[in-house]
Amino acid sequence: MTAELTPIKTAAETGLAEAFIELRSRLANGVVAARREAAFRRFETQGLPHRRVEEWKYTDLRALMRDAKPLAGVPDAAAKARAKSAGSMFAAVGARRIVFVDGAVVPELSDLAALERGLKISSLADALSRGLPDVVARLGTAGPAEGDVAYALNTAFMGDGAVVEVGAGAEIARPLHLVFVYGSQRAAAVFSRSLVVIEAGASLTLIESHEGPDGVDYQVNTALDLIISEHARFSRTKVNAEGSAALHLATLSATIGANANVSDFAFLTGGQVVRNQLFVQCAGVGTTLNLGGASLLKGTQHGDTALLVDHTAGGCQGRELFKSVLDGASRGVFQGKIIVRPGAQKTDARMMTRSLLLSEGAEADNKPELEIFADDVQCGHGATSSALDDNLKFYLMARGIPERNAETLLIQSFVGEAIETIAHEGVRDALTAATLHWLAGRQ
Amino acid sequence: MALLEVKNLHVKVDDRDILKGLDLAVNSGEVHAIMGPNGSGKSTLAHVLSGKPGYEVTGGEVTFEGADLLELAPDTRAARGIFLAFQYPLEIPGVATMTFLRTAINAQRKTRGEPELSTPEFIKRVREQAAKLSIDLDMLKRPVNVGFSGGEKKRNEILQMALFEPKLAVLDETDSGLDIDALKVVADGVNRLRSPDRAMIVITHYQRLLNHIVPDIVHVLSKGRIVRTGGSELALELEAKGYAPYQDEAA
Repeated sequence: MTAELTPIKTAAETGLAEAFIELRSRLANGVVAARREAAFRRFETQGLPHRRVEEWKYTDLRALMRDAKPLAGVPDAAAKARAKSAGSMFAAVGARRIVFVDGAVVPELSDLAALERGLKISSLADALSRGLPDVVARLGTAGPAEGDVAYALNTAFMGDGAVVEVGAGAEIARPLHLVFVYGSQRAAAVFSRSLVVIEAGASLTLIESHEGPDGVDYQVNTALDLIISEHARFSRTKVNAEGSAALHLATLSATIGANANVSDFAFLTGGQVVRNQLFVQCAGVGTTLNLGGASLLKGTQHGDTALLVDHTAGGCQGRELFKSVLDGASRGVFQGKIIVRPGAQKTDARMMTRSLLLSEGAEADNKPELEIFADDVQCGHGATSSALDDNLKFYLMARGIPERNAETLLIQSFVGEAIETIAHEGVRDALTAATLHWLAGRQ
Repeated sequence: MALLEVKNLHVKVDDRDILKGLDLAVNSGEVHAIMGPNGSGKSTLAHVLSGKPGYEVTGGEVTFEGADLLELAPDTRAARGIFLAFQYPLEIPGVATMTFLRTAINAQRKTRGEPELSTPEFIKRVREQAAKLSIDLDMLKRPVNVGFSGGEKKRNEILQMALFEPKLAVLDETDSGLDIDALKVVADGVNRLRSPDRAMIVITHYQRLLNHIVPDIVHVLSKGRIVRTGGSELALELEAKGYAPYQDEAA
């Protein structure tokens, strides 16, 4: 008699399996279908990650994700109406807006007219249904995030998203804003996937915002595949202002060529459970990489930043600065790993994470790691967590500033140091305003 | 009644008695110097007057314009006209000096029930005072005290004092960390602010500051009490003889 070991599936795992069978029955066979199938098998063998999986140690998704919501349907008129004012915190930036509601692009809310020379924007759903080979080929095959479970789920279920290509030498001055809105009042799951390709010497400033209604426990799994060629410049600012009960899993899978300048900033205030993953590979020499973030959490919010920077080529400069402000019983997690491969000499990488704990109940978990296999590099990391500095507070109060205002100014200053790293002034101003708005909401 | 009256003040820090029955009366228009050896309680007095947490008053009283000072929060004291020039001004990354000055001056005005200063009026005042202290406007755009030299930090303190127009200014070891040129700029700044409507307490270990800011009255603080009071000539005597005689006296 043989005893067969069948791992017990959670309700969420079972729900995902059922949803995948249903999705597969609706889609045509082909390269994309095979890709989805392979990705789902990868998920099935691992299951939802839990605390014994080192990369997810502080974000036990198996416990935090109690069920799998049904895939979101086509947004109705009410959902689209709610999306009109979405992303308005960046109104002053004057960006070109592409709006996605419940995961699907909404052309009538998007500005696709008069694209700059060298800029191409299309819908991922469209590209997938037509099986466009150059899109399909570049969609996360053997990219830096390959192997991650959240990313595998995204590949299995990916719906719509933006495909953005900036041709060689094209410098796109006007920022592009991908506006993701959850418009439904009922909980569903959205899997959005975007692909951004910046060719040699080209440049683009990208804004990505995510928002939705409070109190609805919808689930967002979003991913961005980023391919940056040599001498290109790219910066992204991702704002997470999801509704108060939302689960948000986000993955960046970036491959960067030589002598490029790339920056990414994540601003987090929304959602109940959030994990922002950055998988970045510096594959060419002489690139400058700036990764940053500011998380402002309260209540029982859980915000996780997971970072993997892989230097496979030498002479790159990496700067990582992540800050979290934790109030109430919130929990801020940072896991960052820098790998310097053999031969990636003259790598200059510094990673810093700082947490400011505003209450007794807040928790910060910071785990910076360095894995260095080259012998001529400069690498460093640091992690701090502390309460507000009483001496600084006294200095401000001794100048006549009341206690609450002094605290606000100090928190603003703490967050400001991270926001200041963003090159675009309008984006910086928008995040500063959002920080003040969050601070005003503190009692 | 004096502007500031300190009567039989006893203060503990970390369970250690630091001030042990200090008496002091300061009138508007007067400049008092408080001198004493290290550990005599000079900075403790400055901090207690400005309301720094961590100091336990175990006896005595402090009144300012006749009202109990010790029950007021530091920001209220500032709004009522008490200014402490810090021995070690703190750095506040991410807050531009201009923003800080404006936030502070308007917070004080609000507490006093006065209207906020308009932007042009505020900028006019800052420019006027900054010029007198040779502070350039670029420095004011930088975060508070971040990357400032020792002299710049102290000049920034005096700039704040000039803008806030306090009734009582307490200068805690303002000469520390300054070379002679910087000392002169700071002292000139302080001297310009001497006024019949303003009192000053200059706390210092060394006599040299008092060559530049000549006090009306000099006190010697030793082991938590004022052990001798005299005119400005007392400072010279201390310079010549040192603090040793007073350390015995207070014992």
